[in-house]
Amino acid sequence: MPASDHRLTTREMARFVVDGYLRFDALVPAAINERAVDEMRRLLPVKFARFGPNVPEEVEGVAQPVTGMHLSDCYPPPSVIGEVLRLDAVHGIIESLVGPDPVFDHDFVHFIPGGSPFRQHLHVDAIIDSAEPAFDIQLFYYPMEVRAGEGGTRFVPGTHLRHVRAEGLSRYQRIRGEEQFSGPAGTLVVCHHGIWHAGQSNPSERERWMYKIRLNPCVPQVRLWNTADLAALQNDASDHVFATVPGDSVGRILRRKHSWQRGHEERYDLTARARLWRHLSGDERYDVDYYLTRLEHRAALGDAEASA
Amino acid sequence: MQRQQILYLWMSESAFDTEVVAWAFHDGTNGAGAALPAGDPPYASGLAALEDGWMLLQAPHVPAPVPGRDSEVGYLQYEFVFERRLDVVAD
Repeated sequence: MPASDHRLTTREMARFVVDGYLRFDALVPAAINERAVDEMRRLLPVKFARFGPNVPEEVEGVAQPVTGMHLSDCYPPPSVIGEVLRLDAVHGIIESLVGPDPVFDHDFVHFIPGGSPFRQHLHVDAIIDSAEPAFDIQLFYYPMEVRAGEGGTRFVPGTHLRHVRAEGLSRYQRIRGEEQFSGPAGTLVVCHHGIWHAGQSNPSERERWMYKIRLNPCVPQVRLWNTADLAALQNDASDHVFATVPGDSVGRILRRKHSWQRGHEERYDLTARARLWRHLSGDERYDVDYYLTRLEHRAALGDAEASA
Repeated sequence: MQRQQILYLWMSESAFDTEVVAWAFHDGTNGAGAALPAGDPPYASGLAALEDGWMLLQAPHVPAPVPGRDSEVGYLQYEFVFERRLDVVAD
């Protein structure tokens, strides 16, 4: 892709559909990260104040965004959070998934002091979400390094397309293939709204900071990424692991299993991925392993019989 | 007096000898009883848990798929619950 085009590639989009997240290590420059922590420290009491009777609208020159506002109106200069969100690389990621100027849903500053035992159960963020293919994204921005063993965010790759309620996930203490974030300062993790995740305790002596923002799409999420490589990678509905599989294709990426997907049940997750890829690519006939196409052919025969 | 340990195992399929994909452990003995074996997961299957002395409390109900929602995915479906009852010394 051209150097000036920061949108995602087809392979990255397919990986997002499989995993429910994309990770960009040290994407935000160090000079911004240091100032971002200062701003987050000032914002923290305001974010918590939302739950109390008096909510300040502004903190030391940082205007608070309002739900429903377009992203371009959120955190105007000199906000450092705004500086992060307006980076070309970050904007390209956002545009690829939810369009060029999505809607601000909410945000929060997560702070876990060193030695804090506070941790969350596994959950999804909204108590109610539809099973429609349209989705929100959540950006997790880590302005400071999180080392392995310091209790970074726990998440379960590939769970984002499962239709659940937040409180129904708390019983899973451990799931095969789950991960805990660790990575360098400035790392951005961009998640589908449905990914199962939880904040973890901080056994280290260092502070842990994370800024999270949820964004709603305001345009159809169809071919918003850099699609220069789409035609070469898009497989047709004959892709079928039990018959013929094209070599390098979106289907090959979507077919990847996670550790918790054993036995036959992963095939249902695969149909959910195929439905999402239909939505994203605007290709109503797209399929992986023929599951959707087989049923649609059969239904069409039934319709023909009924109308005969 | 007796105290209970509870072990949840979520298996990959409805069969008892399929692979464990998730687990949770609740210890009513407050550490006085045996811990789970080291391992990720602690048992490879439900059968392995039985062989280590766990008693089955509940096996999953497996409902027929609802027409039109046949491929819907949600919670991990194949949840088996076990218990161990252990004698502990009263404080």
